[in-house]
Amino acid sequence: MLLRDLFNPKPRKKYITLPARTGESPALEGPAVQTCPSCGNRNREEDLDNNFKVCPGCNYHYPLTAGERIWTITDENSFQELNAGLKAVDPLSFPGYAEKITKVQEETGLEEAVITGTATIKGEKVILGVMDSHFMMGSMGSVVGEKITRAFEQACEERVPAIIFTASGGARMQEGMFSLMQMAKTSAAVARLHQEGLLYISVMTHPTTGGVTASFATQADIIITEPGTLVCFTGPRVIEQTIHHKIPEGFQSAEFLLEHGMIDQIVHRRDLKEFLGKMIALHR
Amino acid sequence: MPYNYSLEFEKDYKELEKKLNELKELAVKKKIDFSQEIATLETKLDGFKEERYNALSAWQKVQIARHPERPATMDYISALFDDFIELHGDRYYRDDPAIVGGIARFNGIPVTVIGHQKGKDTSQNLKRNFGMPHPEGYRKACRLLKQAEKFQRPVICFIDTQGAYPGVEAEERGQGWAIAQTLLQMSHLETPVISLVIGEGGSGGALALGIADRILMLSYAVYSVISPEGCASILCKDVSRSREMADYLKLTAHDLHSMGLIDELIPEPLEGAHTNLEQTYKIVKDTLQVHLDELLSCSIEDLLDKRYQRLRSIGN
Repeated sequence: MLLRDLFNPKPRKKYITLPARTGESPALEGPAVQTCPSCGNRNREEDLDNNFKVCPGCNYHYPLTAGERIWTITDENSFQELNAGLKAVDPLSFPGYAEKITKVQEETGLEEAVITGTATIKGEKVILGVMDSHFMMGSMGSVVGEKITRAFEQACEERVPAIIFTASGGARMQEGMFSLMQMAKTSAAVARLHQEGLLYISVMTHPTTGGVTASFATQADIIITEPGTLVCFTGPRVIEQTIHHKIPEGFQSAEFLLEHGMIDQIVHRRDLKEFLGKMIALHR
Repeated sequence: MPYNYSLEFEKDYKELEKKLNELKELAVKKKIDFSQEIATLETKLDGFKEERYNALSAWQKVQIARHPERPATMDYISALFDDFIELHGDRYYRDDPAIVGGIARFNGIPVTVIGHQKGKDTSQNLKRNFGMPHPEGYRKACRLLKQAEKFQRPVICFIDTQGAYPGVEAEERGQGWAIAQTLLQMSHLETPVISLVIGEGGSGGALALGIADRILMLSYAVYSVISPEGCASILCKDVSRSREMADYLKLTAHDLHSMGLIDELIPEPLEGAHTNLEQTYKIVKDTLQVHLDELLSCSIEDLLDKRYQRLRSIGN
């Protein structure tokens, strides 16, 4: 006999009883649950939605879609999309590419791996670009390069800050040299923005790699990331193949980058809007 | 120069060439007149070579572009320039031997020269890290670019790398950041820039020396967003499909020229730059001179505007 049994004399059952599932009573079905890939916590989707899609257990930041990102960061109803309708062409006639694009467009409801537009953040007008890793790993082809470039040009025209949320697997192989040259194109546009004396903030989100890391993502005045974000030029898998041994845990993570002097700050998702608002106000 | 290393597709006619040479030797030794037979065979061999080289596949061009005896940046520097003085170091961490740079005279005009440097044998390659730069290589390039701008020296870049080095230290020291800064710097550098792809142009590590007013390519050089092997391993999880990918990626000088991504294709000797160095250096020097003269006659504002518009028009 245990101590607690003295205060709780009801005999304890060793099992629980579940009502039979009839299919007609959806109310009885449990709430939608997502297992945290980091700590294994089973989070209710509703709780995640109320917590900026951050795991309450371990602070894991779930990847956001571009739409969710825009919703969490901009003032209500302030976002107006720019250059919608630009769709990828297949400049090399790369086998399977056109079909892949169509398929991904259907699956994600996105036209391409970035959405750009104007918005206000804490009342401050900005040009915003948000990449979405759900669209072909956020890879940069001609359309992504073009939309980002136009966003910088628009910022120069309107003389407002530019904020880009990056998430990318790198250049889009299927567009060959056209995609590589997008690194050059976006860099040239950033150079113009700097010459105009305008603020550019880059928020690198999980994962930011390859050609995007080696171009506009790291050319900003202020570079921040969310906790746990992977940022690299060469991904961990390729490095392991090159050097033939495992690389340490946490290598190329946001925390690693901060320690190595590559980024300004790690900002929790719930503080991001506040941070951006404050930073822009300081540059007015 | 001894030409010892033959590529797979060269093996059959190399064999023929060897036999022909044996015949010539025999003729001399035994004092027999084979001259007619030899002449016929030589014509045949030449025809065969020409046919072979005019129908090279993209993958075969990749092999020529990577040929270990192909002239590298330092070879071009000593053949094409006078008074070369090498400048070392990025002033932050160390000198990266995978990128060389310095000041030299090109037909009398002081210019800044920067290029990826591959080695020709194992020990050189270990020193040069197979021409794959670390961040300090790009930071050195950045420093030399700024210096060129200050002294209004035109810049000539030689591109020849598989790509930036994919290693732990390179990542720790900010490979992406270093390449991005070089791109930023080159896109508005207030002095004329010419980039010439002499061998392999691999991905962002090559592009870092490739924002220029003129982009030129040797006819067997290749320039690509990813190596055919990398593409095959990512897309098909099967490296043996690299040949196929080389075709799909449209990475040859001819492809890039016809897509308008490069300005000029410089024809190499039939069997590649390394088989006739004199001819290669001459045509490269002459071509560079033509472009340099044109650029020097433009105003800086004009150049910068055109440089921007050129990038702006790619995939818009």
